[in-house]
Amino acid sequence: MMSRLLPLLAFIALAALLFVGVRMNSGKDNSAIPSPLIGKPAPEFSLPVLNQENRIIKTSDLKGRPYLLNVWGSWCPACQIEHPVISELARSGKLKVVGYNYKDETDAANKWLQQFGNPYDLILFDDSGRVALDWGIYGAPETFLIDAKGIVRWKHVGPITPEIIEQEILPALESKQ
Amino acid sequence: MIPELGQISLILSLLIAFLLSCLPLWGAHRNNTVLMQTARPLAHAQLLFIVLAFVLLTYSFTVHDFSVAYVQRNSNTLLPFIYQISAVWGAHEGSLLLWIMILCIWTSAVAIFSRQLPDKVIARVLAVMGMIGVGFISFMLFTSDPFTRAFPVQSEGIDLNPLLQDPGLIFHPPLLYTGYVGFAVAFAFAIAALIDGKLDAQWIRWSRPWTNIAWAFLTLGIALGSFWAYYELGWGGWWFWDPVENSIFMPWLVGAALIHSQAVTEKRGSFKSWTLLLAIAAFSLSLLATFLVRSGVITSVHAFASDPARGIFILTFLVLVVGGSLVLFAFRAPGKEGGQAFKAYSRETLLLLNNLLLAAAALMILIGTLYPLFADALELGKISVGSPYFGFMFSLLMLPLVMLLPFGPITRWQSEQASKPIKLLLPWAILALGFGAISFFFWPGSTIKTIGGVIAAVWILCGTLVFVRSRFKSSGNGFTAEMIGMVSAHIGVGIFFFGVLMTESLSIEKDVAAKPGSSFSLRGYDFQFKGVEQIEGPNYMADQGTVVIRKGESIIATLYPEKRMYASGGNSMTEAAIDSGITRDLYVALGEPLDNEGSWALRLYVKPFIRFIWLGALLMAIGGFIISFDKRFKKRHANEANP
Repeated sequence: MMSRLLPLLAFIALAALLFVGVRMNSGKDNSAIPSPLIGKPAPEFSLPVLNQENRIIKTSDLKGRPYLLNVWGSWCPACQIEHPVISELARSGKLKVVGYNYKDETDAANKWLQQFGNPYDLILFDDSGRVALDWGIYGAPETFLIDAKGIVRWKHVGPITPEIIEQEILPALESKQ
Repeated sequence: MIPELGQISLILSLLIAFLLSCLPLWGAHRNNTVLMQTARPLAHAQLLFIVLAFVLLTYSFTVHDFSVAYVQRNSNTLLPFIYQISAVWGAHEGSLLLWIMILCIWTSAVAIFSRQLPDKVIARVLAVMGMIGVGFISFMLFTSDPFTRAFPVQSEGIDLNPLLQDPGLIFHPPLLYTGYVGFAVAFAFAIAALIDGKLDAQWIRWSRPWTNIAWAFLTLGIALGSFWAYYELGWGGWWFWDPVENSIFMPWLVGAALIHSQAVTEKRGSFKSWTLLLAIAAFSLSLLATFLVRSGVITSVHAFASDPARGIFILTFLVLVVGGSLVLFAFRAPGKEGGQAFKAYSRETLLLLNNLLLAAAALMILIGTLYPLFADALELGKISVGSPYFGFMFSLLMLPLVMLLPFGPITRWQSEQASKPIKLLLPWAILALGFGAISFFFWPGSTIKTIGGVIAAVWILCGTLVFVRSRFKSSGNGFTAEMIGMVSAHIGVGIFFFGVLMTESLSIEKDVAAKPGSSFSLRGYDFQFKGVEQIEGPNYMADQGTVVIRKGESIIATLYPEKRMYASGGNSMTEAAIDSGITRDLYVALGEPLDNEGSWALRLYVKPFIRFIWLGALLMAIGGFIISFDKRFKKRHANEANP
């Protein structure tokens, strides 16, 4: 009898998990998890540049021009989805786009860039994910907008779409300048 | 007026489905023949009204009735006629209607092709299918009505998602749905048997052809989807272990296990409870797939519009159906396994291993697919489980499956001396290993996967032919449809793995910056880029590149890869150009313009043997269809059937 109940018990656990999943998705838009960083200075960090391990970039090095910090990894399918959109934005020259390669391996990352193109001004390399904790990065893709003074203005979880650029990123950029 | 008629049809079909789920069941309980006999006409009436609704929705598309919100969102006046039809199932509401229509077709088909079944069985089976109908029709009416009017009425529609404007997408969803909704039949038979409490081999013989047909359709649907991804997405890949793909692959794996365990239960009486559980699991996973895709719980490349209210509705339905079935299973499944005893080495044992490996693969995929959600729920962070995990685990589980596959058919039921099949197969195993070793030196760039692919193909092909030969030699019994189907499907498995492993290990790709006139060499093929021209399609503008491919002096192919911008806006779409062949595909995708002098980024691939992947799937599907025509399934009693 006990063994006949096992499938049922396993299913109850699964259903509970799915229920939590649906609840998490409802009410809040998954892409709009507020970041406590918004309105505050970007966290202090120093990270190497992908493929140039001796070149260290600090928060202060990026000040002076607004930039979009786009978190990606070669392991992340959704990053492929947004990639043409990010590329388009970078090409338009409206905004400097900084890549943030998250929990990735150099070879895999390079292969990915070779395959899909490299739209980034520069790519920070955070293989351990240590600095990502300070940014409050959950996963990839995530995207931050940082203004010329180094203040975080906006954050998005999930793939960027052309609508998001038109309706959120560009207005946020203009209103702060 | 037309949309309102559609809505009324839906409401009527809901009422009929409700009657179908109660009356025959009550009749079977009460032994009331009249009530039981309502099942068939009710099943047909349900189908009639759903088809009517479907036709009316299609009509609204063809006359561009943009007062219907669904039509307005998924069509426009420029859309070619054929895509006006396929747009009916191009988004959530319509694809749900297609889902339901296919369920009703299956229900009616069971009503028609089951003349030999006792009234009681058919009444219960159709009633269970009616219950599923009630769930889905009310889901559609309450959360996703395709006939809702839009105010104010727009004069032009948005567009069908350009990704879906492709011949492959006309057939992909119907085939897929026919497949996994078809598991509802095996499920309904299992539930009917549990309600009845009488679990003889009979009900399994009746449900076997249905399972095989459903599985064959599912195989075709998945293969077509994979083929479409290959030539439409421009990534050159054919499978991505994406959550939506995974969710449809799980019922396929469990369905494959079910096909085999049903055969054991029918012929030997063993594994009764296990077969019941698999029948429940196959359909439950189909429902889970519908849930995962429609609720947006898991983000995916397939990015369907999702809505939490819909998620809760399907989840509730899922809990009722699956929970209810498992409760029934817990209390009604046979206490002790009947059937004839079997020894440690016998066909039963081999089929049990097959089942465990396939079920483990499905479970592995379930865990990998839901783990990100689990981690998120426990606030372990957002995690994405990628193809390295799935690829590695899947290979690990499929390796013993491939090794054992040829043993199954030539091993006797009940008990067999292991030495006999080993003696039969040993020469072929050595041959396979020999070919593997040769191939390593034959193909430049070979890896362990290349060797594996060759060994798997030779091993399965020869091993299966050993069965064919021994069948010829012994007794001249001839071949039943069941055996022919099995041989076809097993050879398909060999060809499939061959295609996968060869493509994975031998494909090469090159990203190049191409000036007009420049040439690039890739594995002996010379790709010459001629330039890009603007062309105009019915509802898009495209940049069309011309690439001439030569081998030595002779021209092999001229390819025209495109990048399309649809009139309705949105992202540009890649149309890769492919010169296909049995031993290799040459694949060119157009990237981005690089300067003002006509230079473009191009991606070039040579993909050896990639067609074998879909050829293998096709053979598996054909096998499934052939099996369902076996004469034994037409007979009412076991003693009339072949041994």
